[in-house]
Amino acid sequence: MDGYCYRYDGTFPGFLCCVRDIYQYRESPGLFLLHQDERPSLFDERWVETDLALARRVYRRLGQRLGRRGIEFITLGFLTCLDHRERRLLDVIDLGLNTGPGVERRLDSDQVIQVAKAVRHLQREVDHLRGFVRFSDRGGVLVGTITPKNQVLPLLRRHFCERLAEERFLLYDRTHRQLLIHAPGQEHGGRGRWVIVEAEDFTVPPPDAQERAYQNLWRRFYDTLAIPQRENPRCRQSHMPKRFWGDMTEFQPPEAPGAGGHGPGWKGLALQTLALLILFLLR
Amino acid sequence: MDVMEKLTILADAAKYDVACTSSGVNRGRRAGRVGTALNYGCCHTFTADGRCVSLLKVLLGNACAYDCAYCVNRRSNDVPRAAFTPQELCRLTMEFYRRNYIEGLFLSSAVLGSPDRTMELMIETLRLLREEHRFNGYIHAKAIPGADPALIRAMGLLADRMSVNIELPSERSLNLLCPDKGRAPILGNMARIRDGIHQSRHDLAVYRHAPRFAPAGQSTQMIVGATPESDLHILRLTQGLYRRYGLKRVFFSAYLPVVSGPNLPVPQTYRPPLLREHRLYQADWLLRFYHFDAEELLDEGSPNFDPDLDPKCCWALNHPQFFPVEAERAEPEMLLRVPGIGPTSMRRILVARRCGPLHFEQLQKLGVVMKLAQYFLLCGGKRPPGLKVKWDALRSRLVAPPAGEWEQLSLFSEGGG
Repeated sequence: MDGYCYRYDGTFPGFLCCVRDIYQYRESPGLFLLHQDERPSLFDERWVETDLALARRVYRRLGQRLGRRGIEFITLGFLTCLDHRERRLLDVIDLGLNTGPGVERRLDSDQVIQVAKAVRHLQREVDHLRGFVRFSDRGGVLVGTITPKNQVLPLLRRHFCERLAEERFLLYDRTHRQLLIHAPGQEHGGRGRWVIVEAEDFTVPPPDAQERAYQNLWRRFYDTLAIPQRENPRCRQSHMPKRFWGDMTEFQPPEAPGAGGHGPGWKGLALQTLALLILFLLR
Repeated sequence: MDVMEKLTILADAAKYDVACTSSGVNRGRRAGRVGTALNYGCCHTFTADGRCVSLLKVLLGNACAYDCAYCVNRRSNDVPRAAFTPQELCRLTMEFYRRNYIEGLFLSSAVLGSPDRTMELMIETLRLLREEHRFNGYIHAKAIPGADPALIRAMGLLADRMSVNIELPSERSLNLLCPDKGRAPILGNMARIRDGIHQSRHDLAVYRHAPRFAPAGQSTQMIVGATPESDLHILRLTQGLYRRYGLKRVFFSAYLPVVSGPNLPVPQTYRPPLLREHRLYQADWLLRFYHFDAEELLDEGSPNFDPDLDPKCCWALNHPQFFPVEAERAEPEMLLRVPGIGPTSMRRILVARRCGPLHFEQLQKLGVVMKLAQYFLLCGGKRPPGLKVKWDALRSRLVAPPAGEWEQLSLFSEGGG
């Protein structure tokens, strides 16, 4: 059996450290697994610790060799849900190091086409979610949840931080268990502060009367807009796949005032997250 | 009457308006203001009939002074009437916006009393939204035909996009069905908005902070199927509107019998021409993104679209002298005219053919619809392996494509290579 199993922490800097090791030792990795993944592999194991300074150096060097667009392509590729994305990205990096900048346009390479396709899927999901995210007001904090296939939070972040610059909001990615927290800037009109943290569980308190009123208004508006003589459920579904519907207000039955139970709404958040949250919300 | 009831009545009255786009203007965060606008627009949801909802599309009021035969809000129709106060509508917009339900406001109105009074009310609403609520998102406003030019100007400075509905494809139909509206005031408004946009562009080039007049341009819409005009007539009109008035979009709406009248199609035997509307949109795309002319797609001999085939395939079948096209060397304009190739796949072909020779399998991976394009393309001087269809038999192939055709072909070529 040739090749090694690389275990890393699943972050992009972690992946860059793996890349460096692979080139340092001239190894061919057979498999990438996460630190906490308990499955054994048939390959020899390599345990890679994330070193941010090293990752930054690798990133800069790759940027010089692959070009600005090339390294952006690799970064986006890492956020996708492509199978064996690390292996494929490594092949793209390999091709790029041999041929120089412009590797993202090498549409004659099968691996580049695969990654480009996954990146398009990622960007399409981001475009969808810009519109399909639904916030609800819970005591002055806007709260939203999404269930995407790709890691979209880093790409959605800028849009919502700009748009809702004067709001405090939380956006939870249920698939990757990540939470985007935003709080407005200190001085009037200043840039807001944001952070993306890991959060194992996320529950929200029930809506108050005003929030329920606006949700009902929106549902009514949505239902009123359809023209019965033109009904076309397939067209709707192709524009807006059903997997998004679960997080959208207009497809949920009205929430009962007591649903979800009273009491601490943020229960279940990891302690560290909770501390951060309080820091953000009470400033 | 509470807001829920008003929203129901006024959204119901506005839903037959087709346009709900939020594109055409890019505006980042501004200190002390709420919201942004995206150049490529954003759809927030889709209705059960598959139309994009990106704006809060409502009428300010539906008690109309006019009596247009086809309109649900006409004076002589017995429906509940309501009107928002500017404050109510602004609050609703802001609360919907911060929950990410909408991209902005689409404000239209029935003629409340006179065109000028209606415009004043609409402008007051928009002013309140922009100045008191500091709204920085998208606003689409409908200009009321016959309003004073000064009011049009005031509205254009508050809105991102403006539109004037041309309503029906010909002046004769307009006089027949809309006795209160004339063609001249409608086109007059359009010209005024066009000149305002032109002037504003010029001012902005000279002075960066000049006021912006309708920065996202203007659009219009017309009803198809209520009157006897041919597709050729409609398409020529569309092309003329794009060229003469610089419109961003022309929307078509298949006529739906919501009210009955003596000059309208009989509701019992009438079916909304949804396919015809679809063909018109396809042709509209060909005009805007594929450099086609209206006269190339239709002529006096065949003034209507083929229900079985899309306009691009029809054009290709009628012009065998241009085909097959060599994918490796053809001009971009010619690649665009091949059925199954669009602007995106055309650009990808241009990128890919710089790296080396092209193959048919690769074209499919680049996003070319091979089911259509295989009959019209050559790769390196060769036809797709195993493809034997005479030009005369092509039409029936395209109308009813045999199942699994292209998959079968790729198996062939694997055996060959």
